[in-house]
Amino acid sequence: MAVWDPRIEEMPKADIAKMQYKLLKSLVYRLYSFSPFYHDRMKEQNVHPDDIRELADVKKLPFMFKRDLRDNYPDRIFTATQDELVRYHVSSGTTGKPTVVGYTEKDLDLWTTSLARGLTSIGLGRGDVIQVSYGYGLFTGGLGLHYGAERIGATVLPTSVGNTERQIELMQDLGATAIACTPSYLLHMGEVAERMGVSIQKDTRLRTGILGAEPWTEKMRVRIEDWLGIKAYDIYGTSELSGPMFTECCEQNGFHVWSDLALVEIIDPKTEEPLEPGESGEVTITVLQKEALPMIRYRIGDIAVMDDGVCACGRTNPRIHRIQGRVDDMLIIRGINVFPSQVEHALMTIPEVGQHFQIVVERKGALDDMLVRVELKKESFSDKITDLMKTRQNVEHRLRNSLNVNAEVELVEPGSLPRFEGKSKKVVDKRSL
Amino acid sequence: MDAKKYLIKQISIFSENRPGRLAAIAHALGEEKVNILAFSIAEANGFGVVRALVDHPQKAHDKLQSLGFNIAFTDVIAVKMKDQPGGLYDIAKILGDSSINIEYSYAYSGKDGAILILRVDQVEDAIQKIQKSGATLIERSVFH
Repeated sequence: MAVWDPRIEEMPKADIAKMQYKLLKSLVYRLYSFSPFYHDRMKEQNVHPDDIRELADVKKLPFMFKRDLRDNYPDRIFTATQDELVRYHVSSGTTGKPTVVGYTEKDLDLWTTSLARGLTSIGLGRGDVIQVSYGYGLFTGGLGLHYGAERIGATVLPTSVGNTERQIELMQDLGATAIACTPSYLLHMGEVAERMGVSIQKDTRLRTGILGAEPWTEKMRVRIEDWLGIKAYDIYGTSELSGPMFTECCEQNGFHVWSDLALVEIIDPKTEEPLEPGESGEVTITVLQKEALPMIRYRIGDIAVMDDGVCACGRTNPRIHRIQGRVDDMLIIRGINVFPSQVEHALMTIPEVGQHFQIVVERKGALDDMLVRVELKKESFSDKITDLMKTRQNVEHRLRNSLNVNAEVELVEPGSLPRFEGKSKKVVDKRSL
Repeated sequence: MDAKKYLIKQISIFSENRPGRLAAIAHALGEEKVNILAFSIAEANGFGVVRALVDHPQKAHDKLQSLGFNIAFTDVIAVKMKDQPGGLYDIAKILGDSSINIEYSYAYSGKDGAILILRVDQVEDAIQKIQKSGATLIERSVFH
């Protein structure tokens, strides 16, 4: 099977370490010299670029968190000026403030390269028709996959999300061979196709799914593959790393993290000490070549295991196995990250309801359904049903605006929601993935 | 005219739509020896409003509030109907002819005849119109 960039993808382990050390060293020098944010951070941590003498010294560097982006909204930690940027993407933040990611031309090129390697590693290339059913726009999924697919010479069918029946017609008529979307959306498409009398297995050319942006399991992979007659591959990323970045290869055994682009550490979230390959911990990534928004030791918050062995496909770059969970209470609803703190923040702006809430997530059919239960305040109780319905619609509207995902709202009696019982009671996740 | 004597204090209780809520309300009222003269439940998706005419509205209010219920008083009016076929029509026609818009309504028929309970938006205006039409409004003192 073809390899897009054999020099990197099949580089001997010892050379990888040398390459990464060089990239890290120059990154740290650059940031220490030119970025007030990183300069101060390194001073606080009492570390100087000269202290980085081998790759393992990365652990001397300070961590970065999503809150660093939020606190520096919109672009205060960018290390490129606006005229050097060619694009912005924006994702929802944890407390109402979004996070902004900027890209230079080189940043877009390396993002696209990363996906070109991944798509090639699952056997896609010239002659394929790749339907991109991730959202296009501020979200990174659509445009990211779009450029990656074009780079490998495939034909892109940029359907974005929604209008599922039309998506299925186009999949049939234009002979899509691969689709990139969330696993739950693909299951939903399968159901809609059946209602239309279309069997994805028999009536389309679809053979490959590139699925991500939400957690899924091996059980779901088996279900998708058996039912739809395709091979389903995991794809991983987050906007802070550029967007969707890393895919599984033909072996379907964890996604390869390209060593020239990213240095992965798995750390113990409590002690913050690096863990050995094979141990489960928090994925922490240093983006080695990003110009506009470099990320050093970025704590993504996902829990996973790293495999540093050579893959059966021949690639030497390390793999991360399927994400097992989160270190925080982030939920992923229809591919969109939702933090309970965002719900809390939105509710605080609505005088009719209290600040206590409960989120109930279910998967109805193939898609996620989020219900937010809120307490109606005593003084906003109206005897008129229409007034109460208006209050509920108002809450739904506010949540939709701040979460970018639909939530159904249920008004409940004051004092009826659990209090002081920790975060776990605020979220009831009934999905079995 | 003193319209106030026709304004009846209805209690309205916000209730989640789940088993046992009505029982909880009724039990509380029973314990306080509050008698329910008429009541209705209006339901929406996921919640409802229980509306009741009781003999001791303040007592009912305080008890339910102490139990954490979201409760409010609402002014309603009560019109006497003939307890026979066509009785509701007579009253409904009067309301319609007088351009009185009903927000909601419920009725009961007891030993003293049939009563239509109404929630209207322009209550004083409605009282005048109803009286002018010859229909009989029932005073608050009859209930509590």
